[in-house]
Amino acid sequence: MDDKTIGNGSEEVRIGFFICHCGSNIAGTIDVEAVADYVRTLPNVVVSSDYKYTCSVAGQDMIVEDILKYKLNRVVVAACSPLLHEKTFRAATQRGGINPFFFHMVNIREHGSWVHQDRALATQKAMDMARGAIARVKFHKALEKRREPVRQSVLVVGGGIAGIHAALTMANAGKKVYLVEREPTIGGHMAMFDKTFPTLDCAACILTPKMSEVGSHPNIVLWSYSEVTEIKGYVGNYDVTVKRKPRYIKEDLCVGCLDCIDHCVFKTGNTDDEFNQNLSKRKPVYIPFAQAVPRLVAIDPAACTHLNGGKCEQSCATACDRQAIDFEQKETFEHIGVGAVIVATGFKPFDAHRKPLYGYGRFPDVYTALEVERLVCSSGPTGGDVVLKDGSKPKSVGIIHCVGSRDHQTNRWCSRVCCMYSLKLAHLLKEHTDAEIYNFYIDIRTPGKGYEEFYERLQEEGNHFIRGRVGDITDVPIIPEEEGRMIVRVEDSLAGFVRRIPVDMVVLATGLEPREDASEIRRRFNISCSSEGFFLERHPKLAPVSTTTDGVFLAGCCQGPKDIPDTVAQAGAAAAESLVLLDVGYVEMEPMTAFVTEKYCSGCKTCLPLCPFSAISRDEEKGVAVINPVLCKGCGTCVAACPSGAITQNLFEDRQIFAEIEELLVHA
Amino acid sequence: MPENFEPKILAFFCNWCTYTAADLAGVSRMKYEPTTRVVRVMCSGRVDPQFVLDAFAHGADGVLIGGCHPGDCHYVEGNYKLLRRFRMLRRLVASLGIEPERLRMEWISASEGERLQKVVNEMTAQIKLLGPLELPERFREWDTELHEETFDKEREVVASGQ
Amino acid sequence: MKYSYFPGCSLKATGRAYEESFLSLCKALDMEMEELENWNCCGATSFMSVEMGAAYALTIRNLAIAEKAGLDMVAPCGGCYGILLKADHYYKKYPTVHESAVKSLKTEGLEYKGTVRVRHPLDVLASDLPPRALRSKVKKPLKGLKVACYYGCRFVRPIAPFDDMHNPETMDLLLKTVGARIVDYTMKGKCCGGAMSGAMPNVAQEMTYLILRAAERAEADVVATACPLCQFNLEAYQDEIRAAHPDLKPIPVVYFTQLLGVALGLDATATALNRQIVPVEPILREKGILADEKKQPATAGV
Repeated sequence: MDDKTIGNGSEEVRIGFFICHCGSNIAGTIDVEAVADYVRTLPNVVVSSDYKYTCSVAGQDMIVEDILKYKLNRVVVAACSPLLHEKTFRAATQRGGINPFFFHMVNIREHGSWVHQDRALATQKAMDMARGAIARVKFHKALEKRREPVRQSVLVVGGGIAGIHAALTMANAGKKVYLVEREPTIGGHMAMFDKTFPTLDCAACILTPKMSEVGSHPNIVLWSYSEVTEIKGYVGNYDVTVKRKPRYIKEDLCVGCLDCIDHCVFKTGNTDDEFNQNLSKRKPVYIPFAQAVPRLVAIDPAACTHLNGGKCEQSCATACDRQAIDFEQKETFEHIGVGAVIVATGFKPFDAHRKPLYGYGRFPDVYTALEVERLVCSSGPTGGDVVLKDGSKPKSVGIIHCVGSRDHQTNRWCSRVCCMYSLKLAHLLKEHTDAEIYNFYIDIRTPGKGYEEFYERLQEEGNHFIRGRVGDITDVPIIPEEEGRMIVRVEDSLAGFVRRIPVDMVVLATGLEPREDASEIRRRFNISCSSEGFFLERHPKLAPVSTTTDGVFLAGCCQGPKDIPDTVAQAGAAAAESLVLLDVGYVEMEPMTAFVTEKYCSGCKTCLPLCPFSAISRDEEKGVAVINPVLCKGCGTCVAACPSGAITQNLFEDRQIFAEIEELLVHA
Repeated sequence: MPENFEPKILAFFCNWCTYTAADLAGVSRMKYEPTTRVVRVMCSGRVDPQFVLDAFAHGADGVLIGGCHPGDCHYVEGNYKLLRRFRMLRRLVASLGIEPERLRMEWISASEGERLQKVVNEMTAQIKLLGPLELPERFREWDTELHEETFDKEREVVASGQ
Repeated sequence: MKYSYFPGCSLKATGRAYEESFLSLCKALDMEMEELENWNCCGATSFMSVEMGAAYALTIRNLAIAEKAGLDMVAPCGGCYGILLKADHYYKKYPTVHESAVKSLKTEGLEYKGTVRVRHPLDVLASDLPPRALRSKVKKPLKGLKVACYYGCRFVRPIAPFDDMHNPETMDLLLKTVGARIVDYTMKGKCCGGAMSGAMPNVAQEMTYLILRAAERAEADVVATACPLCQFNLEAYQDEIRAAHPDLKPIPVVYFTQLLGVALGLDATATALNRQIVPVEPILREKGILADEKKQPATAGV
């Protein structure tokens, strides 16, 4: 094979090779000079040099200068992962005056120096990989990125504080926002909280103004009681289907007077009130809470007599003078097109039943933290009176930290917010009941503005802090003082002995978990999960709200446990990232799509059913396959399957890959 | 078997899961055997059986293909397409007399750096036990044998003819 | 249904009532129990902490013999059951245990491949019988009898192959099937104190007291157990406990197999009720489950 004639045209292939020290990150394990010396001996390599930080401005300038100086027409950089800096070096290549796709990157940091210890073997591997790249880059071609316009609208999935903040930010920037919420109201978990730590702001006071702003914003379309069922397309051009579940109310007619609720045949609630953590009952026709947005009632088909085929006079319907109640309502589907998506689907509190030794569900006065939020809330089931199931006030309360967190039997991670909310609840319970409060903790973690100070304040208020993971809660007394109470058994690891502390009320500081359907949602939006099940950001430090799918961003606890300030900050970041995408106005499509060389295609149709994006069709007239470059996403599955080698994938051509394979295996 | 045999494992990693997992292993400084030579493809569905055969033919002691878990493919179902091909490929490779341990397919998601480390170390250990495959050398030997046999026969023919 | 039966030491001594009632129950339910040939001590002794390798070899010898028989191995004693599971696990997981056991077994020409499934009577009775097999054989439902099922430690800790670790229920379900009322109390999985009864009897008895008192407060007529160590510990020391805690009333502690036998109408020898220290017949008569004394034919004592 004549190397001189291969490539874009007939010109001689002139390769420049640049290897990066990355400080000592690479050079500490790999002998970069030796690799550079070796590569210099390979055919077509005109210049081969090493540099301390190739990604720096000076490093990039060196590449540009060398391209000009040595009339290079190919560039290979051996440094970190292409997922990190491929864009940087392609841009440098372009600045040198050659097409950016005459570039290839060799990953000798993440796949080399960071994972190997033997200097000789790591250097050998780096040489092999460099040789593979040198061989493949000869066959690179000039490619152009296609531009597609970006739709000027955004979908926000989830109406908790994250979704609310992201939606408002973008709507205020003048973008059209579709906010889809699964529950009948937005507000999420934050709406259930009484106060927020460490300032003790009333959660409702700071949240509900934002909720009503969402409800009335001209740029926001709010679909509550709805779910995204399908999403297709690509960055800048997503086609979304939203299912709107029937709430049996004509939304355009209901004014939120709530007369129907008063007139329901059930005079008191007949079903558990989810918003109050099942501590009270609600009627089948209901509004989740007073400040719900949208202010529309909903009828719960599981609890309504009429919707269950029972006999009912339907007094709710007759009470509505606007005839807004419609028992015949069916689910409907909305189809929208958006440029970007923000996933803000939140978390699930750990199910305390999974720690049976703490007696949740067995002893009536063992509560989860979220239940206590409702108990201390003045709009909660008891009007803010902290009373036990028998109506009495607790004289002593035990708060167990880390329930379902930092625990190898359940979840290993720290849920980040429990220490602080436990302190907050300790303060509120003391305020409401003047009880003795015992905090049972492993470590108190208070990293945040004003958090440590709040912890100190709690200590000064006379709360007890006992360091040790609670063994169990028992109702078996051994001394008279324990009779009729729950006893917390714990090894006090500071005092060095086992203690039994009788209490009247136990609060379980349950951790945060991915939602049950997180995996389903992940697949729907084509994003990844980390091993514990929270959605995976593109980079833990530098791309914390992006995902591996362009145009899909993350906000809030669906990405991992975080408190309200962090959630709001992240939601703002996700909104900003979406705005960048929308305001640039176009996306550049990677050119690694596939195409058919007609003269080799026999029209066998093998490729047709392989394409999940229906990008391949058959030109019946010519009897050949045709690939639509707009629909092709560049996976290369059809290329691998074509029996006559008629399909080529840009940047992943057979001859490029074969050259790479063969050279990788030559023993240097 | 040569001393200090360092197998060469040619690895095809899909961009979205296994390649990212390898990056994660790097960022987390998880040490593993320096035996892999990675070819990045966008999707494991791009892995043409010929790539695998070509790798063995050019001296690979093992071939590892890494893709996303079933249902997680960035391109919806490329990994299923690979799986179908792989089943056939495994039989073909076995019929060539190549031990099954030398060809491996693994689903490794972007968060499974630890798993990548484990798979590479395991496969390296297995191949170290098997020894080098040395297919190119074997090809050469076979060619020589074939050549010599033919040569001998020709000589016989010539001799008997006289 | 045929099983290898591993009695262990207790079922031949203090736990004879367990063996007798269990074997008769199996017979009544057409489950064949074939006693393991030439079995030895299960190995759940303090020897474990002196020389682990040899101690496990002892246990694994029993597994090797059971493997030859090729049947599931039923071990009614909690101590045996726990140690057999643990030894099997360690044999597969830890090379040192494995090597030492292989070496020991070799001297006798034995080997253990690791295929034996160790079962407990609770598991076998609850999972292997055809549906309604037990219910259909009930002749004297335990109607009105309030039972506190006591599980103790070893069926569920540290390995729980057939029941919930924190809230075991198999015995509850079996006894419910034959008509008993199961009382709810929170001590059913707590330690009976058996391990301490030799070294620190006062600590052991304090633990036993809390269990028995919890059962009493839950208004149980009888405590049912599934382990000879628990049974003995809960029953035999009641007088001594009463010296420190006069409020403790005598409460019969029986094997669940005895109660099942009674419900199936098995005779007094089969249910071995006469072996109790705290008699159980009075409450069974009071509830009308057993016929009055005068109609009952005399049974021989121990």
